[in-house]
Amino acid sequence: MNAQILTSLDSFSGLRSVTELTKDQLIQSARTAVKECSVEEARAQLEAHPNTLLLDVREPEEVATGSIALAKAVPRGFLELRIEDIERNRDRPIIIYCAGGTRSVLAGRSLQEMGYRNVTSMKGGFGAWKNAGFPWKVEQQLSSEQKIRYSRHIMLPEIGEEGQKRLLNAKVLLVGAGGLGSPSAFYLAAAGVGTLGVVDPDVVDYSNLQRQILHRNEDAGVPKVDSAERAIRDLNPDVKVVKYREFLTSENIMRILDEGWELVVDGCDNFQTRYLINDACVFRGLPNVHGSIFQFEGQVSVFAPKLGGPCYRCLYPEPPPPGMAPSCAEAGVVGALPGIVGTMQVLETVKLLLGKGTPLVGRLAQFDALAMKWREMKLRRDPECPVCSEHPTITTLIDYEAFCSASR
Amino acid sequence: MAITVRIPTSLRKFAAGNDRVEVEGSTVKDVLDALSKAHPEIGARILDEAGVPKRFVNIYYKDEDIRFLKNVETEVETGSELSIVPAIAGGF
Repeated sequence: MNAQILTSLDSFSGLRSVTELTKDQLIQSARTAVKECSVEEARAQLEAHPNTLLLDVREPEEVATGSIALAKAVPRGFLELRIEDIERNRDRPIIIYCAGGTRSVLAGRSLQEMGYRNVTSMKGGFGAWKNAGFPWKVEQQLSSEQKIRYSRHIMLPEIGEEGQKRLLNAKVLLVGAGGLGSPSAFYLAAAGVGTLGVVDPDVVDYSNLQRQILHRNEDAGVPKVDSAERAIRDLNPDVKVVKYREFLTSENIMRILDEGWELVVDGCDNFQTRYLINDACVFRGLPNVHGSIFQFEGQVSVFAPKLGGPCYRCLYPEPPPPGMAPSCAEAGVVGALPGIVGTMQVLETVKLLLGKGTPLVGRLAQFDALAMKWREMKLRRDPECPVCSEHPTITTLIDYEAFCSASR
Repeated sequence: MAITVRIPTSLRKFAAGNDRVEVEGSTVKDVLDALSKAHPEIGARILDEAGVPKRFVNIYYKDEDIRFLKNVETEVETGSELSIVPAIAGGF
């Protein structure tokens, strides 16, 4: 009884004797516990078993000077805290490397203590890998300002530094710098989507300012692409803006799409442009993030036949004849509505760029602001679709005539 | 058999401002015919001469496009819902 109390008191007050180890003894004891391999063996293992997780436990400044492709960089100090976000499976083979092969042994021991059973430390580290003439790369690094600016993204496991770099390298084309294009441009820019193309032929009018938040009072009369560029730069100087002060037609759309855009956000205001964008995106295999609004109602979907989904023509094979679209009878839109729909388009865009989540492919989200309700309709690929089916009847771009002046 | 038809914003003014209309019918065709009779201006905008939805209007029964069911011959259950979803272009 007394002995028990004494023991617990000892451990509580830290009086119990602890074996003292020198640095070298600590490393030696880790070496006996953690398996080591040469850089040649590591390379062979990575090639033979692509499932192997390669961990780079060096500090970010060291990683910045070069690293092995496909390695996950986790600084030694964060290893235990982050490893489960990367891999929970204790049986997955893991190879750890640092600069010279010492920190990786200590890191390996920590992972073993967490139950990772298949951990190997690469002898000689990155230095030995480079000396062996094996391939390595210098990874694009986020600046310290960028790490702060995008910190709320980076802390999400779905995004992280890699996802943020992906966004910074992305090229997204926005069609329309109006009601939908305004929130889209702002949130894409804020998210650090590195290159934004903005297509809009119009100049800013006072009647735009009730909802087109890219533009300011003093911008009246200024081309919308210029005003948009100013607003985007003011928000985030990381973003490069490419301006197209043009009305999209069959003459110019392919020239523009072929300038390296990987995704189109359709926020235009008329049917002829929507069909043109749809057809051109199908021809080029680009996803088309669609948003449209009318009065108190909005629609959002992702048209991406390449991802197995339908295109806009699967949904509506033909545009309404001029004057016949219900939306031509009268316009008008509540100002915050494009804010909702344009922001949804941004969420879908970011998900697509990162390859995360379930995109709005094959689904139409329909928003009714008066009822404050979202409804989801199933969309299917039309096997008879004139554009994206196996036997398309439309193989060239069509310039439909203007549908109604009220919509512009 | 009463079916609820959801009217999109753009057509509500032709249905006395209502966002839903109740009509009788046992197939989509019955329902659309009854809707046209009650609100001819809606019928004129969404249906062709044969009473089939125009190509820029989709009809959803229980959130499924009727074109992928039995089109206007799709049978509808009492108390269920039909939605009219027209193409809208605005982004302005």
